[in-house]
Amino acid sequence: MKKLLIKNARVLSPADGIDEKLDVLICDGRIEKIDKKLSAEESIDMSGKIVCPGFVDMHVHLREPGYEEKETIYTGTKAAMYGGFTAVACMANTSPVADNRATVEFIINQNEKAGFVRLFPIGSVTKGQKGEELAEIADIYAAGAAAISDDGKCIMSAEIMRRALEYNRMFPSPLIVHAEDLVLSRSGQINEGLVSTLLGLKGMPREAEDVIIARDLELMKYVSSRIHFAHLSTRRGVELVREARKQGLPVSAEVTPHHLLLTDTAVKTFDTNTKVNPPLRTLEDIEALCEGLRDGTVEVIASDHAPHTFEDKDCEYIFAPFGISGIETLVPLMLDRIVAKGVISLPEFINKISVNPARILNIPFGHIQPGQEANLTVLDLEVSGTIRVDRFHSKGHNSPFDGWNYKGRAVYSVIAGKLNKLD
Amino acid sequence: MEKSLHDIENLTRDDLELILATSEQFREISERRVKKVPTLRGKTICLFFIENSTRTRISFELAAKRMSADLINFSASTSSLQKGESLTDTVKTIMAMGVDLFVIRHSAPGSSRRVEQVAGVPVINAGDGPHAHPTQALLDLFTIYRHKKKIEGLKVAIIGDIYHSRVARSNIFSLTRMGAEVVLCGPPTLIPREIEKLGVQVTYSVDEACKMADVIMCLRMQLERQQSGMFPSMREYIQLYRIDEKRVSLAKDDVIIMHPGPMNRGVEIIPEIAYHHRSVIEEQVTNGVATRMALFYLLLGRGNEETAD
Ligand SMILES: [Zn+2]
Repeated sequence: MKKLLIKNARVLSPADGIDEKLDVLICDGRIEKIDKKLSAEESIDMSGKIVCPGFVDMHVHLREPGYEEKETIYTGTKAAMYGGFTAVACMANTSPVADNRATVEFIINQNEKAGFVRLFPIGSVTKGQKGEELAEIADIYAAGAAAISDDGKCIMSAEIMRRALEYNRMFPSPLIVHAEDLVLSRSGQINEGLVSTLLGLKGMPREAEDVIIARDLELMKYVSSRIHFAHLSTRRGVELVREARKQGLPVSAEVTPHHLLLTDTAVKTFDTNTKVNPPLRTLEDIEALCEGLRDGTVEVIASDHAPHTFEDKDCEYIFAPFGISGIETLVPLMLDRIVAKGVISLPEFINKISVNPARILNIPFGHIQPGQEANLTVLDLEVSGTIRVDRFHSKGHNSPFDGWNYKGRAVYSVIAGKLNKLD
Repeated sequence: MEKSLHDIENLTRDDLELILATSEQFREISERRVKKVPTLRGKTICLFFIENSTRTRISFELAAKRMSADLINFSASTSSLQKGESLTDTVKTIMAMGVDLFVIRHSAPGSSRRVEQVAGVPVINAGDGPHAHPTQALLDLFTIYRHKKKIEGLKVAIIGDIYHSRVARSNIFSLTRMGAEVVLCGPPTLIPREIEKLGVQVTYSVDEACKMADVIMCLRMQLERQQSGMFPSMREYIQLYRIDEKRVSLAKDDVIIMHPGPMNRGVEIIPEIAYHHRSVIEEQVTNGVATRMALFYLLLGRGNEETAD
């Protein structure tokens, strides 16, 4: 019986109503006891630190199979672990697309070999993510997928979307939507507005996102299905989701750190690391996203980790691929600039990074309870540092946050009972 | 002034006035019998053109030659550069041969900044997609100044495809910074979003734009824009926006007519107006050489005189 005792930490588990100085005893990978003054042979003192339910990043791109030069399941999940996560859900836009049992099983097997964090593949909705025919969704779920999504692309046919939502009713998981009218945003590079006008870059209007959110909410209502909206970036998008939730519709939404912290003015340097989809918007949108976080409209913070090679991004802005390598910067940036700044409290942050994504994906995370697998993230809010892309574990160094200072990060994690020191 | 010229946005009014005064000096040189000065002897300038533009390239070439600089010409199409070497690698290769200044033309916005990052030497942006064309705006400013003896308070109408125009973007900054009143005119689909935040007026009526104008600046209208659905037909565009005698007659008596070239005769402007006595289109070309000489001098030549001889 392998035992690990975490002593003197502030245990903070909003979903279990716990917030006090306690010891956590872990035995054979499971939480055995949470109490005061526990003892065991092997113990670690975590005074001054905060033990949280294991963090879950429900939106990452791990690039394997197919784009191993950008990232592999090994490097991506290692980066996830060092970023403070205990589980991630990876999107299906690999090559081949995760639109079949074999690819989903391959992804799960690769993660078993890597062994850093828990991995929950997301299968595609349509074959080849072409938006034309439904993939074998039941088989994908049976292979171990946690949800379905054509993320990276948008299902442009309302008819296919309706059928996908309808078919997905058989399963407990939501359809995750990348909302972008591909015709309205065609050849767009950045948000459409004053900055796109100044820079002469083709704009992607916010309406490209908003019209799909509005469409999909209507379709979802019609066929009584569930949606999770990935990476909300617009003021109107937040309003639409808020209105739908008020009507009691089973809809959830996420936001990324870059959409909370950067505006399109960051593009004025033509730094290709600011090129991301949905694009960086404006202050007005940021305010709406923060309000959405505060009032619960936006239940999840996720990285949309999208690693690319140096060569991919070392080119003219219009030729660069979209995406930010974000899994190693999410926790420090959010602790410093969203939690410490008072946008949301620390327990609310834990809800959005652990409790809510676990609930949405139906995975056994988000709690610290006896009998549960021991998946914990340990925070130190006092430790300061600077983001350095050259120290990323991810292959993708494409981050606009290089050189940003922060206070507070994840310093340890426990994954299936195994303690990891994160530095 | 900064060490490179990427756009007009980063130039102050003092910078603009310095460029105007320096352009005037070099304009005088262009009128001499021997049109050559030794200012840039021993300096190497690379004309790096990843987009076709004979007119702009020869203007820079002549300016460099009149300054006694050595020249290398690198021309390629964007697509060939994409397939083979990256922009970074190409610039590094040329830098390895020893270049003191790059002049870059490229279809991608921001390319001149990329070249400066890689090369580390001064760069002059000769047009980067729809983003900026600062030397055109400066030669336009110089041309207007020579005719009107001032910029402050002038009404300048810029007419046509504002959406795709780097010339319009750069002119907006130089003209408003010098105190001119800028009126943009074109169909709503060719007016980019939020451009009025730059302190310009927008009108869809060409008559209104021309009314009491001191300067009418026509922009090139390209057929591809109609094909991409930005407006219904060339026929309708011509009816609404082509500059003809009637429209010019609405302007001030001493109005000047400008066009950055190359002109689509009969589309944005009728030939009679292009060669009208109020037209300064050929003078723009002449002034372009002087302004580019001035920029070479300001970015590369100052401090070179003593070592040159
Ligand atoms: Zn997406």
